[in-house]
Amino acid sequence: MTILHKLRPGWGLLPVAVFLAIWEIVARLNLIPGQFFFPPFSAVVAEFYYLSASGVLGENFLSSLVRVLIGFCAGSVAGIVVGTIMGWKKVANRALNPIVSLFYPIPTLGWIPLLMLWIGINEMLPITLIFICSFFPVLYNTVTGIKNVDSDYIKAARTLGASDGKILTTVVMPLALPNIFTGLRLEAGMAWRVIIAAEMVAIPTGIGALLMKAESLIRIDIIIVCLIVLAVMCLTFEKFFEYLEARLTAKWR
Amino acid sequence: MPSITLKNVCKYVCQDINLEIFDKELLVVLGSNGAGKTTLINIIAGLVDYKGSVLFNDIPVDKLPANKREVGYLFQGLVLFPHLDVVANIAYGLSAQRWPRPQVEARVDELLDLMNIKHLASRYPKQLSGGERQRVALARAIASSPRVLLLDEPLSSLDAKTAKYLRTELKQLQRRLGITAVYVTHDLMEAVEMADRVAVIQGGQVEQVAEPEKVLFYPEGERVADFIGSPNILDCDYCRDLGQGIAEVGCGGLKLTVPHEGGEVRKVAILPRHIYVSETRPPGLSVNGFQGSITAIKPVGNTVRIWIDVDDTNLMAEVPSYIFEEMNLAEGKEVFLILRMRRIRCYESNN
Repeated sequence: MTILHKLRPGWGLLPVAVFLAIWEIVARLNLIPGQFFFPPFSAVVAEFYYLSASGVLGENFLSSLVRVLIGFCAGSVAGIVVGTIMGWKKVANRALNPIVSLFYPIPTLGWIPLLMLWIGINEMLPITLIFICSFFPVLYNTVTGIKNVDSDYIKAARTLGASDGKILTTVVMPLALPNIFTGLRLEAGMAWRVIIAAEMVAIPTGIGALLMKAESLIRIDIIIVCLIVLAVMCLTFEKFFEYLEARLTAKWR
Repeated sequence: MPSITLKNVCKYVCQDINLEIFDKELLVVLGSNGAGKTTLINIIAGLVDYKGSVLFNDIPVDKLPANKREVGYLFQGLVLFPHLDVVANIAYGLSAQRWPRPQVEARVDELLDLMNIKHLASRYPKQLSGGERQRVALARAIASSPRVLLLDEPLSSLDAKTAKYLRTELKQLQRRLGITAVYVTHDLMEAVEMADRVAVIQGGQVEQVAEPEKVLFYPEGERVADFIGSPNILDCDYCRDLGQGIAEVGCGGLKLTVPHEGGEVRKVAILPRHIYVSETRPPGLSVNGFQGSITAIKPVGNTVRIWIDVDDTNLMAEVPSYIFEEMNLAEGKEVFLILRMRRIRCYESNN
């Protein structure tokens, strides 16, 4: 194996390193006026360390993470269950599709005023928002995935003696997995974007709330720390589902 | 007693179909596209609702859903489950029918041996060739020893050579297992090669059910004759066995070398499309090569029919229009013909 081959896996990080170096130099040389507004990368790292060591970052991060996990898991499971019923049973699809089509186009953040009044400002508010944000896209992808399964596979399973339940669980659902994962992957990142927005608007804890506090104190370094945490979490969630999808479907796709 | 009986069955194009399929026979359902062939076997499988009655061993099964009819179905596209490996594909039906696990494993092992695919056990369908996929699909279809095996043009997606090989293997396997089978095809020669009996279906009606040679030599009605493609049928004066599964027969002034199964050949048939026409003498030795003069030319759809006098016999050949346009053929012109030996069908007296 040549040196180039050995280096190749790390090459993806090269542009990031170059970007950070330029950032550091530009900030240190005061090329952009007002150091308040453009702290060097090293200052951001120092602030990250300070926020982590003091527990502020961990506490807020944990609040956001728990909300995302609960809302996303509940929304996804509900989306997969309802989507499966709609995709599998024509009657259910006919009954539910008009309602789903009506609610799906509403932007998730558009629900905030209504939910503030209905639920109040408490933990359930961001969780419900994440639920809504995850539910509809996962539902649509599940319905599409199930409907796209070639009917010959279903006929084949039926002639082999499989019951409807067995066909659904052993043929249709596995073949719909790629579509379901597309929904999960996209919404995993979206859940983080929504939680930040919700916390900025209505909830006093979490990464979004920390962002708002930093803004009022003009602490650009803290804002950047929060944004980096957000970017890393979006990426981590998306990559996790990408990995899971590959593990479950790469062998046969 | 017939193994499967269809009484006044109607669905889509199929109207009032009456058909009996005997135990352990391979019945080929032959017809053009849209004739109702696939609908017919879907009715037997219970995959579509229908009017009329289907009986298995004289017991009506109309109320039984597809998963209770105990049929094996080999689909046109084979339809192996892409997310399951070969073993899991074969075992699928057995597990669905709640066979105990040790029995499932033993049966799958037996089928892997029978189909000679043990080395493919852990592969996924996308990792298999067309022929291998066909074997796996067949193993899956027969795994639970179905009452009837339904085959919907299963070889149509394969190349000619593999299809021919698998056709023979399929026929041998059906005989060995003694399974009743219904094989759907639009290919006359495939039907003749495979069938114990042929049911010709056109426009949703069963036009003729008979042994392949009878369908070929004595088509009942214009629709069957049209579909079969008006073969040249020649009466034979004598038959001399040459060994190696071939014989020399005399048909009027023509001496033909034909495939031979041991009986006295009384008639031979060859489809017009299986007669090659050339303006120049083909090089080298040619079996069944003749010279004759064109008596008539008539375009029919995308082909051109050419009638040629060879000695006292008038033969009809058929060439695609685009080839005819490149040739310089006219009535009265002398041409050379080759009758493809392996495509000649014989009606032997022991038939």
